[in-house]
Amino acid sequence: MNAVTHTQTMTKRALHDPAWLKWGLIATALGFILLFLCLPLWIVISEAFAKGWTAYISALAQPDALAALRLTLLTAFITVPLNTVLGVCAAWAITRFEFKGKSLLTTLIDLPFSVSPVISGLIFVLMFGAQGWFGHWFSDHDIKIIFAVPGIVLATLFITFPFVARELIPLMQEMGSEEEEAALSLGASGWQMFFQITLPNIKWALLYGVLLCNARAMGEFGAVSVVSGHIRGLTNTLPLHVEVSYNEYDFVGAFASASILAGLAIVTLVLKSILEWRQGK
Amino acid sequence: MSIILSNITKNFGQFAALNNIDLEIPEGELVALLGPSGCGKTTLLRIIAGLEQADSGRVVLNGEDKTEQHVSHRGIGFVFQHYALFRHMTVFDNIAFGLRVKPKQHRPSEADIAKKVHALLNLVQLDWLHDRFPDQLSGGQRQRIALARALAVEPEVLLLDEPFGALDASVRKDLRQWLRNLHHELNVTSIFVTHDQEEAMEVASQVVVLNQGRIEQQGAPSDIYDHPANAFVSRFIGQTNIFAPDDHDAIWLHSSGLPIADKSGKTAHVRPHDIEVQKADDSAAAHAVLKDWQHLGALIRVELVKNAAQGEQATVYAEMPNEQFRRLDLQRGDKVNLRIRNAHWFH
Repeated sequence: MNAVTHTQTMTKRALHDPAWLKWGLIATALGFILLFLCLPLWIVISEAFAKGWTAYISALAQPDALAALRLTLLTAFITVPLNTVLGVCAAWAITRFEFKGKSLLTTLIDLPFSVSPVISGLIFVLMFGAQGWFGHWFSDHDIKIIFAVPGIVLATLFITFPFVARELIPLMQEMGSEEEEAALSLGASGWQMFFQITLPNIKWALLYGVLLCNARAMGEFGAVSVVSGHIRGLTNTLPLHVEVSYNEYDFVGAFASASILAGLAIVTLVLKSILEWRQGK
Repeated sequence: MSIILSNITKNFGQFAALNNIDLEIPEGELVALLGPSGCGKTTLLRIIAGLEQADSGRVVLNGEDKTEQHVSHRGIGFVFQHYALFRHMTVFDNIAFGLRVKPKQHRPSEADIAKKVHALLNLVQLDWLHDRFPDQLSGGQRQRIALARALAVEPEVLLLDEPFGALDASVRKDLRQWLRNLHHELNVTSIFVTHDQEEAMEVASQVVVLNQGRIEQQGAPSDIYDHPANAFVSRFIGQTNIFAPDDHDAIWLHSSGLPIADKSGKTAHVRPHDIEVQKADDSAAAHAVLKDWQHLGALIRVELVKNAAQGEQATVYAEMPNEQFRRLDLQRGDKVNLRIRNAHWFH
């Protein structure tokens, strides 16, 4: 009897890592999160409210801040639906058709992730700027893209393109197309197949991709900074407004705007974990 | 509904999946497309369904050329190898799907749909599962639900891709019989794909043997077994002993009673039950030595080794009823004489 319990504890011990390792790793991970994630978040909020509620509210109520918020929402409002549709199309093309250059397309979808956002912004300046390839044509027709809202939308569109497609491609690959073929063989039209068979199967992954896409669309700094021109009240998005305010020593204004972006990030995280939980079910 | 395929050719890149297939299937048959994996049988089924487009050739269903028609308008029911049940729908909704996606003017009322779905569920004997989801069903149950779903739209042709491929051996046996009976009941022209010759012989009224994108033979199961058209079919269907009457085997075959006079360059295909085994008295001139035997239910398969003195050493299989084997009273190592009753000769 004793011998048996003894060997059992022995095996247990043999299978376990030593306590110092376990607690050491946990402490490192937690410490890192506290230092680099929670502490900055706390600083953003405390700085935003450093001069009290009224200062916080009035900083956000400034016309420039409101204009920046409006522009950020407008950009997201245009880019997120567009990239949702484009992402579904790209995922569909890649997982359902065989064509030459398919692997190249798959790689290219990730390009916006691998290129520095500043370079992405510069590409648009080189294309549509006054000295750019198409710049003359656009200025002849009195269309402003760079240092204007269309440029910001284009840059954001480029940066956030991969999110939806990247969520969908692995899922749709794993699902295969048999259910869709079955729907067609039962007489369904292409739209019926998509909305009744494909969409219900991919909806959680799609929502997840849309959420990430939205978070990035609202938070993008680098590419937008290059094409925006920082015109107050006109081409400043919320992240740009944070920088401008900070550079002008308007700390409450900067951190108040930053707190809105941080709040958005937290909401995104909560929704994301809810979606992950639903997907797991 | 009759099916006529003419000149169907399909290439995947360099690989020729189907080569000039001509096939005619009369109404009401239950046809097996039989062949080794990679022979093009599933591709052919998908071309009939319209899930795949042939490079050339025509698909004519019931006298109507449907080559250019979309899969949703061909009036076919397709049962997929892995069932492809809609995982987010209940069994009931799965079967109702084909009725609910009909254009408004042809769509039955919800009450009629419910009536029809329950009738189909009763037909496949699974009405008690109507509110389950596909992942709560066993393989055999999924198979039958997939069949009910395909039948809901009253297809004129039923196409089944490896219908028993993913099932346990015992479930497979039951379902084969069940499919046969169901076909008798509904009499809808059906084609199923299989690589299992036993399954094809047992279930189908017509068997089409495919190999490397070509049709090797088409006929009733007994036809194909008794009169194989060529060496491939003979080897693929059932067990066969193959002898080449060159200088080694000639004497051996001759003394086993097989006339080989005008057969040079050909090989003899002999079914195991066409070989008669007798105990040899004269041990020096015996044809073979008994190596081992296996019980196959009512039959015994004996494994014989050809006598080296009379030809090349190789294993020969013979089959006989249990009773006969007992009467022969053979032991391992006993010398036996053989008599070959029948052979098919192929180049």
